[in-house]
Amino acid sequence: MNLNRSALDLWVGVFVALGIGAILFLALKVGNLIDFASAPGYRLEARFDNIGGLKARAPVKAAGVVVGRVESIKLDSATYQAVVTLRIEPGYQFTKDTIASILTSGLLGDVYIGLDPGGDPQMLADGGTVSKTQSGIVLEKLIGQFLFDKAAQGGAPK
Amino acid sequence: MLNAVGSGFLSVLRRMGSRTVTIIAWLGYVTRFAAAVVQQSPAALSRLSLTLREIYFSGVLSLVIILVSGLFVGMVLALQGYDVLQRYGAAESLGVLVALSLVRELGPVVSGLLFASRAGSAITAEIGLMKATEQLSAMEMMAVDPLARVVAPRFWGGIISMPLLAALFSTLGIFGAYLVGVKLIGIDAGAFWSNMQAGVDFRYDIVNGIIKSIVFGVAVSMLAVFEGYDAKPTAEGVSTATTRTVVESSLAILGLDFVLTVFMFRGVG
Amino acid sequence: MSSQAAPAPASARARAHPEYAVELEGVTFAYDRRLVLTGITMAVPRGGVVGIMGGSGCGKTTILRLIGGELQPKSGRVLVAGQSVPDLDRDELYLMRRELGMLFQFGALFTDMSVYENVAFTLREHTDLTEELIRDLVLMKLHAVGLRGAARLMPSELSGGMARRVALARAIALDPMLVMYDEPFAGLDPISLGIVGQLIRRSSDALGITSLVVTHDIYESLKIVDYLYFVSAGKIIAQGTPDEVRASKDAFVRQFVDGAPDGPVPFHYPAAPYRSEILSRA
Repeated sequence: MNLNRSALDLWVGVFVALGIGAILFLALKVGNLIDFASAPGYRLEARFDNIGGLKARAPVKAAGVVVGRVESIKLDSATYQAVVTLRIEPGYQFTKDTIASILTSGLLGDVYIGLDPGGDPQMLADGGTVSKTQSGIVLEKLIGQFLFDKAAQGGAPK
Repeated sequence: MLNAVGSGFLSVLRRMGSRTVTIIAWLGYVTRFAAAVVQQSPAALSRLSLTLREIYFSGVLSLVIILVSGLFVGMVLALQGYDVLQRYGAAESLGVLVALSLVRELGPVVSGLLFASRAGSAITAEIGLMKATEQLSAMEMMAVDPLARVVAPRFWGGIISMPLLAALFSTLGIFGAYLVGVKLIGIDAGAFWSNMQAGVDFRYDIVNGIIKSIVFGVAVSMLAVFEGYDAKPTAEGVSTATTRTVVESSLAILGLDFVLTVFMFRGVG
Repeated sequence: MSSQAAPAPASARARAHPEYAVELEGVTFAYDRRLVLTGITMAVPRGGVVGIMGGSGCGKTTILRLIGGELQPKSGRVLVAGQSVPDLDRDELYLMRRELGMLFQFGALFTDMSVYENVAFTLREHTDLTEELIRDLVLMKLHAVGLRGAARLMPSELSGGMARRVALARAIALDPMLVMYDEPFAGLDPISLGIVGQLIRRSSDALGITSLVVTHDIYESLKIVDYLYFVSAGKIIAQGTPDEVRASKDAFVRQFVDGAPDGPVPFHYPAAPYRSEILSRA
């Protein structure tokens, strides 16, 4: 197997280039490296009574468009509320009376935070708090509520 | 009668004990060998042409089997995945399913196993044969350390090739899944890719997968060069050594995969 | 029957170094508790050709390995140009080995390199010479063994005799002080035998190289050596110049020289008495 040097260098170069290309492809097209590497953006805080199935890194959407990610979720031990930190991409501004709701995309889909801006002329700044929030739907509570309503309905005429 | 049982038991214990001692001594020998190889590595890496040559033999020559296997694994994953997902109306998650399976597990593990069988056994056979034909002794007598000139370049060639091969495997797999899922079955291309992008995290999934393939690369390459260097200098010895490389590497990959997965993907979901 | 060999030729190196290229004193070696060599004492004068003879597996190659520092003796002294080999650390050992050349039994050429590159190997590894100078040296060495035209061939394309000669060229590439030959005559055709023997003798005479030849080819050795040691079962049992050997009355030497099947080295592997084994069914 007497390979001349230039052929060997060529093939090794091709191989390494392909390999690095594959890694880049995976990072950019398959993973979310762009999100990861892009400008950090600014932080907003939102408090919820119940976050339902919300997880860290879940998307934050406005009008269905991804505008940021959930950075962290903590519990405030004084008020027993969930404190969710959102990281919003720079270039998107939201009004002070924006409503943050925890929604599900589809019945079995991922949980995300939807932002509904209001009409307030003032915008939220870095570190600001979204005051109006809507907690996530917990399916069991919904079913319980439904059954309770049904029972109340059934018992009313009597 | 008690005497017979007692002495029989003692001899079993003694045999187990001596076997354990042998195994521990073997581990010590392997460690010393590994340390020597690492010590000689700067000398080997400064002779870049040697290492490049080995990257060619372990990496480039494994391309065909890795690419083809990756493609087929991806296609099968897509078929099987679709079959299950569509029962729950979640067919659009096929991209995520395939991507995560490949990047986290199948990419590093399967390409590691293929690498061990193709390149690992070749390295063992080569070094073993050089030992059997006294080429290693000849090198020693010419005051050239065979660890630096023969062993270390092959070791590093394997380590460099493995993550690249694993990434190529995953890439071809995803492409194969795309072919089957989108082109063949008819899943929406946009949903396929966007769900995948949303579900695969760079640091968590891809980097962990790369770390796994590097760890596997170290394990397989070290085992391959060791078994070659340690082989009995006969035809039978070389063949035994190659088999041992493939078996030991496969077990090491699967065992390390378990340990790494526990540490990396703890608390998933 | 032991007597001194001819005095060493006066070359510049010989003056600078001790009289003997290699000395072994009372060397014992064991492999895994099995005694391979006991009480080996021999001296190889500079510039001479010394042969070590014996049957297969009697420890001849082990002696070469001890001299080269591949193995450590259990006891006794191993000196190369006055330096004690077992006491050298790794760097010193590698320095000493540059003064050594070794011809392995079947050549042990590096199969992934051409003939030229094999011979150039030590020159490239241990010297800073330019490629032009290396080229000249390599072609000179190959010319000395008559294979300059085969420089571009690969080892797999060489016959046994040619491979042996290339290995010889490789062994003398750095003009070593001592060259050791492990069974250089094994498996060669008569012409190649003659060539290799002549090359060993001539490299000694012309270049002042000390040669240590391990072999069991009595005919060829008697033609070229200055002195001969006979080893059997790990001990030196006879030694002398070729004339002394030919005239020897020692039973072992006689069996070797005459090639007799039975003698001090028995024909039969130890076994139970023949009669009892044949009749054992009863």
